[in-house]
Amino acid sequence: MLETMGMLVQRYYGLFLDGVKYTLLLALIAVTLGTVIGTLLAIMKMAKFKPISWLATAYIEIFRGTPLLLQLYLFYFLVPQILPFEPSKFVCVSTALVLNTGAYVSEIIRAGIQAVDKGQTEAARSLGLNSVQTMRKVVFPQALKNILPALGNEFVTDIKETSLASTFFVGDLMTCYRTINGAIYITLEPLIIVGIIYFILTFSLSKLVAFIERRIQYDH
Amino acid sequence: MIIKVENLQKSFGDNHVLTDINAEIEENEVISIIGTSGSGKSTFLRCLNLLEQPTGGKIWFKGVDLTAKGVDINLHRQKMGMVFQNFNVFPNMKVEDNITMAPVLLKKKTKEEAHDLAMKLLDRVGLLEKASAYPNSLSGGQKQRLAIVRALAMEPEVLLFDEPTSALDPEMVGEVLSVIKGLMHTGMTSIIVTHEMGFAKEVSDRVFFMNEGVLAETGSPEQIFDNPQLPRLKEFLSKVL
Repeated sequence: MLETMGMLVQRYYGLFLDGVKYTLLLALIAVTLGTVIGTLLAIMKMAKFKPISWLATAYIEIFRGTPLLLQLYLFYFLVPQILPFEPSKFVCVSTALVLNTGAYVSEIIRAGIQAVDKGQTEAARSLGLNSVQTMRKVVFPQALKNILPALGNEFVTDIKETSLASTFFVGDLMTCYRTINGAIYITLEPLIIVGIIYFILTFSLSKLVAFIERRIQYDH
Repeated sequence: MIIKVENLQKSFGDNHVLTDINAEIEENEVISIIGTSGSGKSTFLRCLNLLEQPTGGKIWFKGVDLTAKGVDINLHRQKMGMVFQNFNVFPNMKVEDNITMAPVLLKKKTKEEAHDLAMKLLDRVGLLEKASAYPNSLSGGQKQRLAIVRALAMEPEVLLFDEPTSALDPEMVGEVLSVIKGLMHTGMTSIIVTHEMGFAKEVSDRVFFMNEGVLAETGSPEQIFDNPQLPRLKEFLSKVL
């Protein structure tokens, strides 16, 4: 078995590297664009005007309440119908991942903001700051301390979630397995190699997130 | 008269916290508000700068009705400093920035002016060497002194103190009270909710006793502490003195 694995790594290391590249790229796109959407949703959900808040809640609940695989299928077929040009599979899959991650990130951001002590807002307002200035100078910088580690963890989660995108052969790590399996009919060994790579990625990144989390405390 | 409170009401749902409060506060006056917990002292204080939105009545500050529609409350809050029980210093800013942030952001001062003022204020409360530290490295007493000078940097005309020593370890109460006392000697109009009866007696021009959401008895410290009229006030004093 080890022999076979060694052979596979030697023969296909370029493919594995590409897989790592695409997996990280997909997760990165999902988290960065998902953060943009998530921020927007979080602001909407906290809005005083209720219909806006309901809209955000509906979005969040629907995306968190249905399977990601279903969403991938949906957008895989939906996006080409909406766009005036023929998008690549990568674009369709990314759209689903971004929209899905946005729902989760919005809750991360909202929770991060609401975890900041209410006294901080009161102190800022008592000095004469308006609500936007209070958010910008006092609340959000403190919320960031809660949000950043959670975003890092979301990135780690997305690395694993993107494996579902291999359903559409988008070149991620899981696609590597399917390519090799299809070419030479070996199942177990490529699966284990891909599993090890996933684990190295997620384990080291979670450790990094935990390290950064400890570093961004204020009392230094 | 700098503050006038007219028929102030505050309720949270069915819970009436303040009932029909009337009061006038003169410039340079020091007012202590005493009473049992739950008597509405803090809510009353927080209504003065509209941190709590009154459900009825009017708050006049320098001739402006703060509860009227279209009033820019942020503008008036700049002239009403507040010091909180839990300090509420900003942990994401250095000590100096805690003080200079609001005056610079609200264009009351240039960066240089704000810096000079911050240094002067920090020196006054013995925190000069902490200027570039973060608040989390300060003791409770130091945090509260910082919170006081943060409010002062806006050069307010009134200071509202909401139980400023209640969250402090006993050995730190004195240092904070002496800073507040120093301020009051400079003629700063102050309203202080406090459980420190000795302090209230010593510094106040008038004392307000609140009971069940009503401003039950007011008078000079001598009247309130040495010659109380209401049975509830007598009972309260017998418990706390």
